[in-house]
Amino acid sequence: MAKNDSSDGLGSPILLTRFEKVLSWARKYSLWPLPFGTACCAIEFMAVVGTHYDISRYGWEVVRFSPRQADLLIVAGTVNYKIAPALKTIYEQMLEPKWVIAMGACATCGGFYNNYSVVQGVDRFIPVDVYVPGCPPKPESLIDGMMMIKEMIEKGEPRARESWEEKWKERYEK
Amino acid sequence: MSPASSVLEHIRERFSDHVLETLSFRGDDTVVVKRDALLSFMRFLRDDPEMSFDFLMDVTAVDWLEREPRYEVVYHLYSSGKNRRLRVKTRVPDDDPEVETVTGIWKGANWFEREVWDMYGIRVKGHPDLRRILMYDGFEGHPLRKDYQKDLRHPTVPSLDFPDPEKDVRRVIKATDLMRGSGREEGAQEPEKD
Repeated sequence: MAKNDSSDGLGSPILLTRFEKVLSWARKYSLWPLPFGTACCAIEFMAVVGTHYDISRYGWEVVRFSPRQADLLIVAGTVNYKIAPALKTIYEQMLEPKWVIAMGACATCGGFYNNYSVVQGVDRFIPVDVYVPGCPPKPESLIDGMMMIKEMIEKGEPRARESWEEKWKERYEK
Repeated sequence: MSPASSVLEHIRERFSDHVLETLSFRGDDTVVVKRDALLSFMRFLRDDPEMSFDFLMDVTAVDWLEREPRYEVVYHLYSSGKNRRLRVKTRVPDDDPEVETVTGIWKGANWFEREVWDMYGIRVKGHPDLRRILMYDGFEGHPLRKDYQKDLRHPTVPSLDFPDPEKDVRRVIKATDLMRGSGREEGAQEPEKD
């Protein structure tokens, strides 16, 4: 045990880690998702929120359409160059800590669109934590993806955002 | 073989000088009309009691690339009173890609014609508001032309593919710009005042 020499009696590092644990426990059961739905993936997302798959079992049902109130951005659908600035703004408006799921083929890599208008994956311009494959993914897949986010929070794993700058620099200097 | 369509016969009688071709295939009637006569022909199609095509369903274009003239602008008409359809085509050469607007006849042509301009670069003469409709400001060229370079991109945000906004990103658009609508494109004409 570390020596406690602060006057308030709370300076022990053990207390701090426990606080983090409590915090992440609370966080992982209260993710507020923001669906950025631009295609059929958004329909699958609706199924996930609906009664049959019912993500409120995990405390994730509070879908927010304001980036200020959300901690999980679910990019569900094709993102083209015209809408990309809007998505980037939404991502930047979200408060820390925040996570991002790229749902479906289009959001992860552009899907079968490789043309003048479609961004080849949202990880080109915002950091993505979990990629959910499928076209569109089944509701189970998305729940699995959200479970991975839950695990990340639980274990305190670093988010993609933290290594994002490095990735950017690497690419930029090449 | 279907019997010769009465609509096409009527058109051939009235517009023999201006009709280049007529075609009837499995009940689909098509007329190819000279570009100069497009407006008077369209007005006839709407106003003649035999025709009364009161609904313009679609305007689009085709780029045939190696043909001369290169483009075809295609209009799909429907007569709600007679439950009949007609396809009208007009041919447009590459060195002067322009048609006259039919917004004066069917108001609904407005956005279709903007799409034709945006995707194929066929100017629409006399259009009240000729701006791009699908692509964004800062986009260059007309992507549905067959000679549009297929790997050409016009990024709007700095990304890992285009990391340098100064160099790569043509114009970084703010989300609010998209909502406000953008400036006029080249070839646009001021709307007529009522």
